[in-house]
Amino acid sequence: MNGDEHDIARISCEEVLSKLYAWLDRELDDLTAEEIEHHLGHCRECFSRAEFEKVLRRRVSGAASEEPPPEVRERLNKLIRRF
Amino acid sequence: MSVSTQSYTAPSPWALARFFAWVSGVTETQDRRQFFESRVSDLMDRMYGTAMRFTRDAANAEDLVADTLVKAWNGFEALADLERFDGWIMRILSNTFISRWRRGKTHREIFDDDATADDLDDSHSLYARLHQPFLLWYGTPEQNFVNGLLNEDISAALDGLAEGYRVVLVLVEILGYSYEEAAAELDIPVGTIRSRLNRARRQMQDALWQHARDAELVPGVDT
Repeated sequence: MNGDEHDIARISCEEVLSKLYAWLDRELDDLTAEEIEHHLGHCRECFSRAEFEKVLRRRVSGAASEEPPPEVRERLNKLIRRF
Repeated sequence: MSVSTQSYTAPSPWALARFFAWVSGVTETQDRRQFFESRVSDLMDRMYGTAMRFTRDAANAEDLVADTLVKAWNGFEALADLERFDGWIMRILSNTFISRWRRGKTHREIFDDDATADDLDDSHSLYARLHQPFLLWYGTPEQNFVNGLLNEDISAALDGLAEGYRVVLVLVEILGYSYEEAAAELDIPVGTIRSRLNRARRQMQDALWQHARDAELVPGVDT
């Protein structure tokens, strides 16, 4: 075991699950984030869960992109041209 | 051939300097204008989509984007670092929405909620529901599920959330606000942001699960 691994406390799947969203939101301190990442690197089940949540999150972000109807776009373009 | 006898008077260095300053000012203004138009054109779908998720209404979304464009153009000269443009204009959009949204609502109406940062109950988790042993016979149900979702399905699940939950989810998950930034923006405690996010995600996953059952996206699950 190298020094880095030694410093990272082992955490349980339950702990990972309870902090998963905070980790995805980048709200954890560096040490806790490293603990989660270490766990994900060794636990297939938690890794799959994290990947699923990441993909779902990307899809949710994608839902915030929506083409405006042509007449709306035209009105907005007209507004910009008046600036 | 006649030769002009008029003597040529060279412009003074001061006049030249003023002329070049004017030309470069015009060019710079044109450059910035082109930049503004071009970036807005690229960002239009994102701006309109985010406005739709905030307002859930096409007319209000258009108004919100129009207000954002006016404010952004008026403040554009002050934006020194053009690389920050995308984040800057999306912030203007969310600030504009939030100040409108808060108008006419009391703080209690917006966030009459206990501020407990409850953990995500796994019984609402899509992953846990999809990761049942009997479903695993069907290959990778989680992947099939996500692939089977249309953007409209996700928008509908988002739009179905209560306003206070939806706004927090859009700020954090779509616009990338930190919990503290969202709390400052909405003038509520960070704990309430956590609590709202957890509930919003739970409700989203419930709605998507219900949709998956209705649309028979998950084999082997009765509708």
